[in-house]
Amino acid sequence: MELFFQQLVNGTSLGALYALIAVGYTVVYGIVQLINFAHGEIFMVGAFGAFATWMVLGQPTNWGPAASLMILLPLMLLGGIAVSVTVALLTERFAYRPLRNAPRLAPLITAIGVSVFLQEFVRLFYGRIPGFPDAKSAVPFPSIAGISGEIIQIGGVTIQMPAVFTIGALAISTVFLWFFVNRSKTGRAMVATSQDPDTARLMGIDVDKVIVAAFAVGAGLAALAGVAHGLSYGNIDFRMGFLAGLKAFTAAVLGGIGNINGAVVGGLVLGIVEAMATTFIPGQFGSSAWKDVWAFALLILVLVFRPQGLLGAKVVDRA
Amino acid sequence: MNKRTFKIAGVAIVAASLAFAGCGSREPAATGGTAGAKVAKIGVIAPLSGDLSALGLGIRNSVDLAIRQANEAKTIPGWTLELAAEDDEAKPDTGKNAATKLASDAAVVGVVGTLNSSVAQSVIPVLDAAKIVQVSPANTNPSLTQGAAFATAPARPNANYFRTCTTDSVQGPFAAQYLLGEGFKKVATIHDKKSYGQGLVSEFAKAFTAGGGTVVAAETINPDDKNFSAVISKIKGGAPEAVYYGGEYPQAGPLSKQMKAAGLKIPLMGGDGIFSGEFVKLGGTNGDLATSVGAPVDTLASAKPFLEGYKAAGFAEGYEAYGAYSYDAANAIIQALKTSLASATDAKSAREATIKAMASVSFEGATGKVAFDEFGDSVSRVLTVYAVTDGAWAAKKTGELK
Repeated sequence: MELFFQQLVNGTSLGALYALIAVGYTVVYGIVQLINFAHGEIFMVGAFGAFATWMVLGQPTNWGPAASLMILLPLMLLGGIAVSVTVALLTERFAYRPLRNAPRLAPLITAIGVSVFLQEFVRLFYGRIPGFPDAKSAVPFPSIAGISGEIIQIGGVTIQMPAVFTIGALAISTVFLWFFVNRSKTGRAMVATSQDPDTARLMGIDVDKVIVAAFAVGAGLAALAGVAHGLSYGNIDFRMGFLAGLKAFTAAVLGGIGNINGAVVGGLVLGIVEAMATTFIPGQFGSSAWKDVWAFALLILVLVFRPQGLLGAKVVDRA
Repeated sequence: MNKRTFKIAGVAIVAASLAFAGCGSREPAATGGTAGAKVAKIGVIAPLSGDLSALGLGIRNSVDLAIRQANEAKTIPGWTLELAAEDDEAKPDTGKNAATKLASDAAVVGVVGTLNSSVAQSVIPVLDAAKIVQVSPANTNPSLTQGAAFATAPARPNANYFRTCTTDSVQGPFAAQYLLGEGFKKVATIHDKKSYGQGLVSEFAKAFTAGGGTVVAAETINPDDKNFSAVISKIKGGAPEAVYYGGEYPQAGPLSKQMKAAGLKIPLMGGDGIFSGEFVKLGGTNGDLATSVGAPVDTLASAKPFLEGYKAAGFAEGYEAYGAYSYDAANAIIQALKTSLASATDAKSAREATIKAMASVSFEGATGKVAFDEFGDSVSRVLTVYAVTDGAWAAKKTGELK
């Protein structure tokens, strides 16, 4: 039973990371029907942005828990978010907006191109910034006193503080998103645009602004995930966005693409299934080698019986 | 009529381009190196960028050092040696392209590399077809020299391939004997599904159970994974006293860190793939163990000239785990070239003779005696166990597998 709860904790923290990234796929898809394959790289860039903030602050290593949690971590988060959002808006402005009315395949291929570009850009140029470490191999992420390496022990279940941070970040973001979408003017404009962009435009909604907002929100959450990744695993590297992005996209589809709550649920379900499949499937097909097989088998089953995803896609068919 | 003119024009173009190509390949020989000396190139195929670049750059620099020293000492009269280093990014397909590029260069007579056994599998056939001798300082997969059925019916698949390091069939059992000797009875094994990791773990597990130990869990991870918590929680259930990991440091470091963070405070042991300073930087902790081929380089009297030469050459990167083996590999090729280039008019025609000469190479290298058996494996079977002590690798025990 202890093992069950331990794997539940492991799976939830992994799933929370997927969910934070998945939201970015889903909001952008909901509004422009673009599968932004470069979103995994926005997550990676956020982690590197937070790391750069730490470098600019003079690589503080001996701040106490209070100063680290109250000053250092928020600054790093802001730095990461700033970099992610800037990069996301630049890609939107220069890569996707010129293709707004092109056939759907064009922006999709462009997104893959942007993804490769961002990976290689970080790989080749990060180390060129004076004083910065080379990003051609993994870069050790700074440890934050009060989070890195700290654990909470409940019975036989070990909960690591970075996992608490990840899950907490997801919880706060979900509440923020709910208020943003349902209570703010921009949020409601986003809903309106996703339901019918033409009518939304006729009602005086600036569609370009709404699209920018969607990219910015997704990038902000991806940066949170980037910092959570760095804190949890202690390393960041230029390739980290690829697999994470693929899994997060899967999570978004699992939950129902276009649906923000669906992305959160899909991420958590995917993470928990991966963790549980490692332990609780007996016999030859049960070891960790098979966890991805089970995760994707679940995806296929869900899509066969509920093509709209667990919570239902909120995309209006506009054919 | 038209067809005919085309044919003639085609023939003319082909002939012209062949003639020009001939000029091109002759030119560098005339301009390079000391006046009148012919040029032969020794290639390097290793990861010069990416996660494993620390090891790869150490290999390239060490080969560079051997070549510079040979040129200074005029080891091969009438010939100047040059380095031709290619990046394989630790990927089989990139390695294959690098091998094809080197094979097409008429001046290349030998190649040192690769780092990864999985890359070697795609590189060896390319170089074998071009009759270029290849000496690896780091491939430890037994099947490369002794064929897929190395345990039961060893047969050499490629005559051009040699290596200066020992194999997993020695390394895995050596680790098992060490752990049993230290009183460890229950271990969990994890590997990364690559040929290196899988080979290491299967040889380890065989020897460990044969010696009276129990493997309480056998798990795998994806090389791309960052989160190992599910695997760690699972093996924790079997209460292992140590974890034996088959793979390389980019995953082993974080794995060790996450193990300890999850409350599984037992040593992680691995092969030469985790024996790098990067392992500690990425999360390896005190008490973690690694086996590596040969005796510790900095304690060997035979390695002193190598270490001093490396320092004097002023390379930006360290020589890392395979530096001395790469140096020996390059020197083995140079020894063979002494025989094969002596009567050769151009580098390409000496390729086959170099492979033949390799079999009888025998000298005292930086790591000890360098010579090859009938499969192309190193005759030396010396290994060392290292432990992370105060944040750096320190030698624990050197021995020969019985």
